[in-house]
Order: sequence, then C-alpha cells, then structure tokens
Amino acid sequence: METYFSYRIQIISIIVSLGFLVYVSRLITKGKLREEYAIFWVISTLLLILFSFWRQGLDIIANIVGVFLAPNLVFTSAIFAILIYLLHLSIVVSKLHEKNKILSQEMALLKEQMNQIAKEAKG
Amino acid sequence: MNEISKKLAVIIPAFNEQDSIELVVNDINSITINGLEIVAIVVNDSSKDKTADIAAQLNCILLDLPVNLGIGGAVQTGFKYAFNHDFDFAIQVDGDGQHPAQEISKLYKAVLATQSNVVIGSRFIEKAGFQSTGMRRFGIWFLRNWIKLFSGIVIFDNTSGFRLLDRQALALVQNYYPDEYPEPESIIWFCKNGLRITETAVLMKERQGGQSSIRAFNQLYYMIKVSLAIFYTYLRTK
Repeated sequence: METYFSYRIQIISIIVSLGFLVYVSRLITKGKLREEYAIFWVISTLLLILFSFWRQGLDIIANIVGVFLAPNLVFTSAIFAILIYLLHLSIVVSKLHEKNKILSQEMALLKEQMNQIAKEAKG
Repeated sequence: MNEISKKLAVIIPAFNEQDSIELVVNDINSITINGLEIVAIVVNDSSKDKTADIAAQLNCILLDLPVNLGIGGAVQTGFKYAFNHDFDFAIQVDGDGQHPAQEISKLYKAVLATQSNVVIGSRFIEKAGFQSTGMRRFGIWFLRNWIKLFSGIVIFDNTSGFRLLDRQALALVQNYYPDEYPEPESIIWFCKNGLRITETAVLMKERQGGQSSIRAFNQLYYMIKVSLAIFYTYLRTK
C-alpha cells in the first residue's frame, strides 16, 4: 500500500513536468517565447523530470550539501532560482524601457522635422 | 540693436497643460534679450487633453512624444533637439506657469557673469515669491544635505526645474538624463562630469494649472527614489 502511494506522486510529477516541457516547446516553436528566456524554463523542467524518475537523487544530493530534509533543498534552490530569474526579468524590462524611450524621442524629433519640411514645401 | 549671435531654446515639458500652455508660450515669446534669439520648444509628453493641438497653433516648435516618458524623458527630447540644432543655451521651464518668462534674463545674466555650465533658478536665495509647502521644504532641506555629501556643493533649491544649460551641459544631457524626477539627481551628474553649477535668485509663482510631478501620496517614494538615485549616480562611471 505504501509503495502504491509514493509511486502515485512520482507518476503525477512525471506527467506534469512532461506536459510543462511540451507546453514550453510549443511556445518556442510558435514564436511566442524567445529562446533566450526559454532556456531557464527548459532547464528547470528537465531537472523536474530528472528528479521525478530518479527519486533517490534528491536524498543523495541533499546529503552531499548537508541538508537534512530533501524537500528543504528543493524549496531553497527553487526560491533562489526564481529570485535570480526575476532579477534577470527586471534587467530585461529596464533595457526595454531605455530602448522605448530613445525610440519615442527619435519619433518626436522626426515628426517635427517632417512638419518643417512640409511647411517649407508649402510656402 | 545688437546682431543676434546666440540661440536660446526654452524647453517646456507639457503633460495635460491645455489650460496654461498658451499663456506660457506667449509669455516666452513676449520677452527679448539683447543678442539672443529665443525659441520656445513645447515637448508634449503624450498628453490626454488638447495640449498638442493648442501648441501646434502657437509660435513654437512642437515635439510630440508618441508615448508618455515622464518629465525627464520629455525634457531630454528638448535637449536633444536643442543640441542637434546648434543652440548655445537651453532653459527648462515648467508648462504650468510656475516660472515667469521675465526671470529668464536673470538666468542668462548669471551664466554670462559666472561662465558656469549650469545655472539653477532658486526660490530660496532671496526668499521672495512662492516658497513651496512645509513637507516639500523639509524634503528639499534633506536633499540639500544629501547632495552636499556626495558632491561637496550646496544647492539650495535642488528640485527647481527652472535651469539654464550651456552647450557643454547640453552635450552631456542629450546622452544621459534621468527619467523620473531628474532635478536633484542631475545635479550630481553635472558635478561628476566636471560642469560648474551656480544658483541664482528668481521669483516663482504658484502653479496655474496641472499638477506637480511630485504628488502628496508618493512623496515618500520620491524621497527614497531620489536619494538612492543620487547615491548610484555618485557611484556611476561615465
């Protein structure tokens, strides 16, 4: 009975992470997700799949780095990865903001130039 | 009359200023300073009202931003225009009529007299005219000491947007100018780049329309943001 329950969560996690991998791949192929941002998602999904199959792996790694409870290792590393990725996204947004600003300013200057040319052509 | 030798751009960033923009532009067009050609430049920061339509009818250059960039981005558009069109000086004037046009000559006299790169129009030197509100003045006092800490200079009215830049300063700001609340932050940026800053007494009025870029509920955010920005600008390499 005990093995039945622990296999059930293994099967669920394999299905969910495989599904997630398929979804991320579809987003990439459809061009909705740029590859440079997708790398993070693909790697983390692959890790999920790896540890879904290789259940001993979590305990082994937790032992190596000196974490007593394997789930704590999962939470710690997941939170850390998410924080780093959020920082990355903030950098991306800042860059976009800067580019957006330069483009709008350039547009305003060009519009003015166009108006001047139109005025000269008229008069 | 002297022949016109220098060009001065008066940059008016305007966001939803339909009530006051005409007055401000006409006010600027009404003044003459010997040896100076004055051109009013309205930067419409994607206003939702009729600011752009009104400005297009006036005797001024209209720079019409397609998206809202905030005060810093809008003013910088004007700086870029002035720099590209070989202006010798640029003055930033608020679109709400806080900065009377006849005070422009005070800034210009100060730049000629001191040979500074940046002249800031100050309410607090002679303590005349509109003096701002209590909380605001506390913030300005704090920023004065904060700026002094990182640059060694004392600017009394560090949030004053009424300032004149010469061509050397224009070359600097057309490249980099802070987006949000640029006034205190840019003082450090000027200092770091070896520009000379002086302050001169001017009279200011209470705003005639529109709203300050610093509203009551985000004053705390303003102080934290500006203080941090000053610190990081201090650390910034060119």
